[in-house]
Amino acid sequence: MTAAASQTLAPPRLEGLRRFAREFATRPTAMAGLLILVAVAVLALAAPLFIHPGDLAVVNAPGQPIAPPSARFPLGTDYAGRSILTLLIWGTRPSLAIGVIATALTMVLGSLIGLLAGHYGGLTSRLLMAVTDWFIALPALPLAIALAAVLGQGDVSITIAIAVTSWPGTARLIRAQTLAVEARPFIERAKALGARDGQLMVRQVLPNVAPFILVSSTLTVAGAILSETTLTFLGLGNPVEVSWGSMINQALFQGAVTRGAWWYILPPGIAILVVVLGFTLVGRAVESILNPRMTTP
Amino acid sequence: MSSTSAPLSPQGLSALEAPAAEGASGARDFAHYLVRKLAAALVSFVMLLVIGFIIFSLMPSNPVEALTRGRPTSAKQMAFLIRQLGLNQPVWERFLHFVGNTLQGHLGYSWQFETPVATLIAQRLWPTLLLMGSSTIVSIAAGMWLGIRSGWRPGRLLDRVSTGAAITFWSVPTFWLGIILLVVFSVGFGPIPALFPAGGMSTPGTAGGFTPDHILDVARHLVLPSLTLVLVVFAQYQMIMRSSMIDELGSPYLLTARAKGLRDAEVRQRHAVPNALLPTVTLIFLQVGTMISGAITVETVYSWPGLGYLTYQALQIPDLPLLEGTFIVFSASVIVFNLLADLAYRYLDPRVRRA
Repeated sequence: MTAAASQTLAPPRLEGLRRFAREFATRPTAMAGLLILVAVAVLALAAPLFIHPGDLAVVNAPGQPIAPPSARFPLGTDYAGRSILTLLIWGTRPSLAIGVIATALTMVLGSLIGLLAGHYGGLTSRLLMAVTDWFIALPALPLAIALAAVLGQGDVSITIAIAVTSWPGTARLIRAQTLAVEARPFIERAKALGARDGQLMVRQVLPNVAPFILVSSTLTVAGAILSETTLTFLGLGNPVEVSWGSMINQALFQGAVTRGAWWYILPPGIAILVVVLGFTLVGRAVESILNPRMTTP
Repeated sequence: MSSTSAPLSPQGLSALEAPAAEGASGARDFAHYLVRKLAAALVSFVMLLVIGFIIFSLMPSNPVEALTRGRPTSAKQMAFLIRQLGLNQPVWERFLHFVGNTLQGHLGYSWQFETPVATLIAQRLWPTLLLMGSSTIVSIAAGMWLGIRSGWRPGRLLDRVSTGAAITFWSVPTFWLGIILLVVFSVGFGPIPALFPAGGMSTPGTAGGFTPDHILDVARHLVLPSLTLVLVVFAQYQMIMRSSMIDELGSPYLLTARAKGLRDAEVRQRHAVPNALLPTVTLIFLQVGTMISGAITVETVYSWPGLGYLTYQALQIPDLPLLEGTFIVFSASVIVFNLLADLAYRYLDPRVRRA
């Protein structure tokens, strides 16, 4: 199929998507970010194929504790004698899973509140926005710590804590976009044709604010992964699970710092940096491609 | 700027927008403004108490079980504890008790230190204030210096390098950066000798008080934790200062200043900077939340005996009354500083005062 034929055949929404993909592909930073994300996702999904539970067990670990890199352990070993490289690869799994699930929760909560506040103005909007502003002003980490501590150690409580502290930004964004969309004539037309509130929000407004939800979510994942590593570093994660945050915690408190064991300290931080960078690059690119739409209502 | 400020400072933007809409004049209007802002802060504080009560009093499924932590407890002891903790009272009565106690500074007893939480917080408050205060001053100075210069000539080498560095440091996990500085400058790495002490606030065994030796000792301990916080935080000052400088670039008054024959540096410092300063000044107050988050992890890395390290110690048990105390103190301080930001904004911007 030629490009011209596809342009005439594709329905308008698909055509927009195609244009978006083309523009995305012309940006080197966007493609670099996407490449990082695809590589990390493949690594996380394939990890169980070549990493066995025995490699991650603290007892009967294969190597000497905190040994420098060698042929057998390319990145050395941790305090228990496990391969850092293995731990590093395994650590992508909880970080990505928690980051993505917490972001999904954030998006659902934030979009719902943003849509409702934007659509119903008046008292509803003022109340919802007062709550949102209050959550924005509250320091996120102490609130997340309090929630995660009360809910108990584990992935579920960390995920909830991250979602509860990160939805207000999305709610603000979606409210602003809802207001912008609702000012446009086709909403008036839908109203004139007798569309009810629910119909208007789901069928008319939601598809038009969806791109902004997408942008917000890629940037939120980056923040969520940073929060996840911070909370697991502080010891709020599942204590038997391997994660980047807990690796850094163990490096600090199990003697890697005093020995100057750079092979123990550097990799988890660099891994966090790379993944966060991947999401940020993609998010920024998507944002700047969609940005022109913000100015032309 | 929209893309950088969104992850950098969501609360900054919201609070910067808010007071701009008001236009009033005279002392009576200021009184109105003050009363309204005070009322809003009070509502925030009540909401904070409600959230604190929900998290720490309603959410733990069985506080008595958490309290006894698996120790064998007889049914009689359980009943006594339930009565002692007031868990048999209705929820609203417990909430009123909680509010009353909190307002009087009774924050309960720490399970792990077996001391009143308020006493612990009072002990640990000063180290945190010292750490946050010194890092705030240094990051304002560094961030504004870089922001003014990179915003004045956007796209030049200084702008690209400093903006890149700011964004990189901002996306590095604070605690990891702290550990790296710890390894390099305190343990010593390669040719670098151990320059600074590894943790704590003073060398054990030395006398306290305001002797020059002790002050120097504390200062040496302060360098690394403070530097870590500065590296993470200065980016926000720099980016905000940079973007408000760029906003001023095309202004006609700069052309006037140049036409008067002022040198470039004078135009920048005497005309552009005062006008671009406002958002940065308000940001100082709004940064408290970020500083608190940073302080928790940085104090943990350097065992700096402040409120952040206290939070980490409380987490290890978990010591819920202590966590509740630090949560309320952290959040209440953010509410206070948001109020100060509103007042400072109004005081500094004549357009808001007499529009």
